[in-house]
Amino acid sequence: MAAPAQPVAITGAEELEAGHSLWQDAWLRLRKNKLAVGGGVFILVLALASFLSPLIAPHSYDTQNLALGATSPSGQHWLGTDDLGRDLLSRILYGGRISLSVGLAATLVAVVIGVLYGTISGYFGGRVDVLMMRIVDILFSLPFIIFVILLMVIYGRNIYLLFLAIGAVEWLDMSRIVRGQVLSLKKQEFIEAAQALGLRRRRIILRHMIPNVLGIVIIYGTLIVPRVMLTEAFLSFLGFGVQPPMSSWGTLISEGARSMEEFPWLLIFPGLAFSSTLFSLNFVGDGLRDALDVRASKD
Amino acid sequence: MLRFIAKRLLETIPVLLIVATLTFFMMKLAPGGPFDTDKATTPEIKAQLEAQYGLNQPVHEQYFNYLGQLVRGDLGPSFKYAGWSVGELLWSAFPVSLELGCYALAIALTVGTLAGIVASLRKNTVTDYVPMMFATLGICLPTFVTGPLLIMVFGIMLGWFNPSGWDFASDRVLPAITLGLYYTAYVARLSRAGMLEVFNQDYIRTARAKGVSKWRIIWRHSLRGGLLSVVTFIGPAIAGLVTGSLVVETIFHIPGLGRFFVMAGFNRDYTMVMGTVLFYATLIILMNLLVDIVQVWLNPKLRFE
Repeated sequence: MAAPAQPVAITGAEELEAGHSLWQDAWLRLRKNKLAVGGGVFILVLALASFLSPLIAPHSYDTQNLALGATSPSGQHWLGTDDLGRDLLSRILYGGRISLSVGLAATLVAVVIGVLYGTISGYFGGRVDVLMMRIVDILFSLPFIIFVILLMVIYGRNIYLLFLAIGAVEWLDMSRIVRGQVLSLKKQEFIEAAQALGLRRRRIILRHMIPNVLGIVIIYGTLIVPRVMLTEAFLSFLGFGVQPPMSSWGTLISEGARSMEEFPWLLIFPGLAFSSTLFSLNFVGDGLRDALDVRASKD
Repeated sequence: MLRFIAKRLLETIPVLLIVATLTFFMMKLAPGGPFDTDKATTPEIKAQLEAQYGLNQPVHEQYFNYLGQLVRGDLGPSFKYAGWSVGELLWSAFPVSLELGCYALAIALTVGTLAGIVASLRKNTVTDYVPMMFATLGICLPTFVTGPLLIMVFGIMLGWFNPSGWDFASDRVLPAITLGLYYTAYVARLSRAGMLEVFNQDYIRTARAKGVSKWRIIWRHSLRGGLLSVVTFIGPAIAGLVTGSLVVETIFHIPGLGRFFVMAGFNRDYTMVMGTVLFYATLIILMNLLVDIVQVWLNPKLRFE
């Protein structure tokens, strides 16, 4: 997203300052944002631990030990066990793998739909644009999640369907943002040049427009991840999402909530894992946005 | 203004039609019918049931029958609750959800705007940071974490409230807080940002220069502009309260529409699920219409668009 360099009248001493590119500047700003850096580190560690869970988890996630039952945290089971005697730490790690995968996959779906839709709407402009954006407005006002529940009820609780359904819900913001970007890009010379050269519309959109909006897409994409994970956990909590024996953080929280009177740790630890992940993702996303998009940063 | 309202009302008709059509065909394509229970039913009984509910007619006839019924405001009989119509079930459960939603929205609007205004008055001080930290917390914590936590602390450990149920006035407190927390936090952030933006406007500077008192500037000059974004947010907030009620009513065992919907989903109660979805969609569309009108009324600039 290289902004056209403004010719700067260099007055002497501050030449070193002027030598930063947009991305370097953004990186410097991001590094100063301690919350974002902390959140980023936390997410990386957690993601690594979750994806390596078959290697590092102390126990298997579904080995039951009915004789043991639910125990509070101990040296053997750091975070305790659930009522079937399964190790909670291992279940949280494995659950994180599913929650994070759903988060990434569904975000990808949302981003693809949103970028294509927004680009087409912005590029064609005129009536097409008005109609397409009106549709987005209308969709915004609908209780989408209820349709996802309907979908999950009808077509079985399939995890791939879950990716698609959640992705199909969360693309609206992205399409609006991308449209705005495309509208301003459209007026720039290199697009006019491409049109003058007689390139096909498809090619202009795919090769010239979309690469130029990618920067902003990545920023807002990171803000979609926590929302998507929230939706997944919401569905799993109600029983319409990930099904046993697989477990996501949503299902773990749901199980924990059912037995919190006797075994509060079953609710507290999954809830903590989930909330701190959402927290960190939000900090990283906000930090990225503030670092890259100076105008959008709030005081 | 009237033209605007009429236009928006007309627009809702095709939207509702599309929603009705989509839900109908999604249900029709579903594997497994509503009468596939664990108990073995003889084919004759099944055929009898299907005939009674019109399921043996061709799909397009069922569709048009359904639409015809909808226009007359009839949502059909419930498949699972014999003798009840979906409309009756909806109207028996909705008041409970409405009450809960009103409390949550009231908390969000009062506590949220107050916190936001207070924070904006003393930007970058403790009175700004503390409420905003709580706001970030409130935005990140989902209802299905805060709800059980509130029950654990205030219901079980302290024993101040019943852990679940909807029988006494005190039973309203925890669910309303759980449902309203996210919106309180969001409204706080919106109103803080809105107020800060207004404080930077030229007309506020003019008022200051003319020696208008601080409180008059806040109440008379800033509030209306500063809280516009909060009004805009009420539309999406209502949609969110509806979905939030599914979780909150499940957690606290509240006999509202959200819990009915979740149970109907598990039971494959076709007509009930369709009816609830349509009901929610209509409700939210009408609420958005209302919010749009209030917005245009509050912000004269929009009248020209």
